[in-house]
Amino acid sequence: MSSTVVTAPDFIVDVAGLRKQFKVRPERFGAKPKVVHAVSDISFKLAPGATLGIVGESGCGKSTVARLLMGLIEADDGDVRMAGLQLSQQPDQLKAMRSKVQMVFQDSYASLNPRMSIEASIMFGPVVHGVPRDEARHTAHDLLARVGLEPARFAGRYPHEVSGGQRQRVNIARALALKPEIVIFDEAVSALDKSVEIQVLNLLQDLKAEFKLTYLFISHDLNVVQYISDQVLVMYLGKIVEIGPVQDVYERPAHPYTRALLASMPSMDPWRRTQAPPIVGDPPSPIDPPSGCRFRTRCQFTAQACAASEPLLQAADASSSIDHRAACHMLAATAGTWQPLIADGTEGAA
Amino acid sequence: MTATTQDASGGPMVDVGDLTVRFHTARGEAVAVNHVSFSVQPGEVLGLIGESGCGKSVTLRALMKLLPPARTTIMGGVQVDGRNVLAMSERELGDYRGGTTAMIFQDPALALDPVYTIGQQIGEAVQRHTGCRKAQARDRAQALLEQVKVPSARSRLDNYPHEMSGGMRQRSMIALALSCNPKLLLADEPTTALDATVQIQVLLIIRELQKRLGMSTVFVTHDLGVAAEICDRIAVMYAGRIVETGTVGDVLQSPQHPYTQALLASTIHGSMRGTRIEGIPGAPPDLTRLPAGCAFRDRCSRAVARCAQDVPPLAAVKGLGKAACWLLSQDGPSAQSAALA
Repeated sequence: MSSTVVTAPDFIVDVAGLRKQFKVRPERFGAKPKVVHAVSDISFKLAPGATLGIVGESGCGKSTVARLLMGLIEADDGDVRMAGLQLSQQPDQLKAMRSKVQMVFQDSYASLNPRMSIEASIMFGPVVHGVPRDEARHTAHDLLARVGLEPARFAGRYPHEVSGGQRQRVNIARALALKPEIVIFDEAVSALDKSVEIQVLNLLQDLKAEFKLTYLFISHDLNVVQYISDQVLVMYLGKIVEIGPVQDVYERPAHPYTRALLASMPSMDPWRRTQAPPIVGDPPSPIDPPSGCRFRTRCQFTAQACAASEPLLQAADASSSIDHRAACHMLAATAGTWQPLIADGTEGAA
Repeated sequence: MTATTQDASGGPMVDVGDLTVRFHTARGEAVAVNHVSFSVQPGEVLGLIGESGCGKSVTLRALMKLLPPARTTIMGGVQVDGRNVLAMSERELGDYRGGTTAMIFQDPALALDPVYTIGQQIGEAVQRHTGCRKAQARDRAQALLEQVKVPSARSRLDNYPHEMSGGMRQRSMIALALSCNPKLLLADEPTTALDATVQIQVLLIIRELQKRLGMSTVFVTHDLGVAAEICDRIAVMYAGRIVETGTVGDVLQSPQHPYTQALLASTIHGSMRGTRIEGIPGAPPDLTRLPAGCAFRDRCSRAVARCAQDVPPLAAVKGLGKAACWLLSQDGPSAQSAALA
């Protein structure tokens, strides 16, 4: 179908106005159902070969974005183009899209079929897409070797017979079996121990270079996102509050929420302990989010304008790149108030 | 009642001597904790650090005798506040748990009872341990919730756990743990499941209350940043043994054991962007089939012949804490630091 193939040479991911609401079962019969504003008007673009890190606290909608992009749930509104295809819920178009876009989930055990051997799990996708079984098996063995699992030892094993780190490698191999262009990682390393996490992150970087992949990397761990990403997208209650190149966002965070997130990271230095929490309270419920700026209930800079209208993404500050944008009414008032994090290395520059 | 530090005895609050915990599993005996000894002074925060399966949570549970008796063999001594915990009867344990010692867990949604309100749960603990009336217990519960900075504490007393956010639930569990002025607080990854902005709030509450109430604390975490925020001393565990122990500054700034060094090197932080870190190769050993000698030797780049033969003892390193590594007894700490740099 000619209408679905869009040529977009500059951007491999182009998301415009993505929106998703979930209805919650009413507390009593006949009451008006409540609505969770999971994702509200998310737009971003990503160049081929880049890694976009998506950060935010639980309930901010980052996993919903991933599921929307994969077509696992249907968006209420918005336009998603990835790898030259337009996302739609038509089964044949969805199938075509999924050979280009794959996903790795947090729970390595739950995302594998316990009754299928590792080899069978990796072969499953290609076979569904019409690859002959022998060829699919060959690819599966190659990929197992590539992710550091010796095929002769691991191909016949079942998910419960391998460790968590090894299972996540299987999931990565399975995601690559369809030769995708884009891989979405939803907290894919969060459940792993630190020594295993770094092994998997290194593997991801090698695979990205080798297979010319584009990554969407969702995580709550700001350190990991800084390590692996080129671009960062910060979400709060379903909206983008800040987006930009990773150095700009980490060195000159413009939005008060991004600043609070960065300042909440433990210091790693027992002589420079955090003395006061950067923000108090828990994130509000995405049911009935605050009017205007959704962060205003926890923000120390709140003014009247914040309750009146929703802030739009605008250039964050003069010294940052043009791609660095933040959604805050008080950008001018808060400029220059950020104290750079005291850490060894690059961060004290500002 | 002012719950300040210490009774007259003057000894350590916790004294664990040669603790070994074995689990009977279908695959054989798993040695979860292997000849572990440590002590915690009154008012001190000891961090137990390590990766999953290293025995840190099992050690913590042994301090409260929470391990399933039918499937566990415990050897060694656990003394808390001068009393032998492992020899306590069920009745004595009832007073001890929640009275002398309290515990906070990683998942407050599982640790709190879903069919009772927060006020009922805290009130029950207060009544059980102090024998006061229901109304007094409720007032005490409110005061405790205010202490952990739960907003509008009075109305929160009537909330069920599912009506609260994760951070609020964790605060409620801390209030419950502190309800009977424990002398020892056991914390098992209490901030791991929380968001970053909430984690730092809860961490600061625990730190402030620990200081104010003078509680000894054993804090289990896998997160070195969290440990840096709260611990006075750290014990690093690997495959059931303590491999290094010392003040938080010494262990984080001048790690001596190759495992501690590798663990610190593979913990990602800001300045690592653009560099490539080679983590620790391989995986921890199977606890049912522990190798002879040092359990870390297969993953250690500097292992020597002796590492395969004998288990290295936890020995003092000059000017620092203690570490269990044969290399340290041969070429001294300065050579180690040079190798790290």
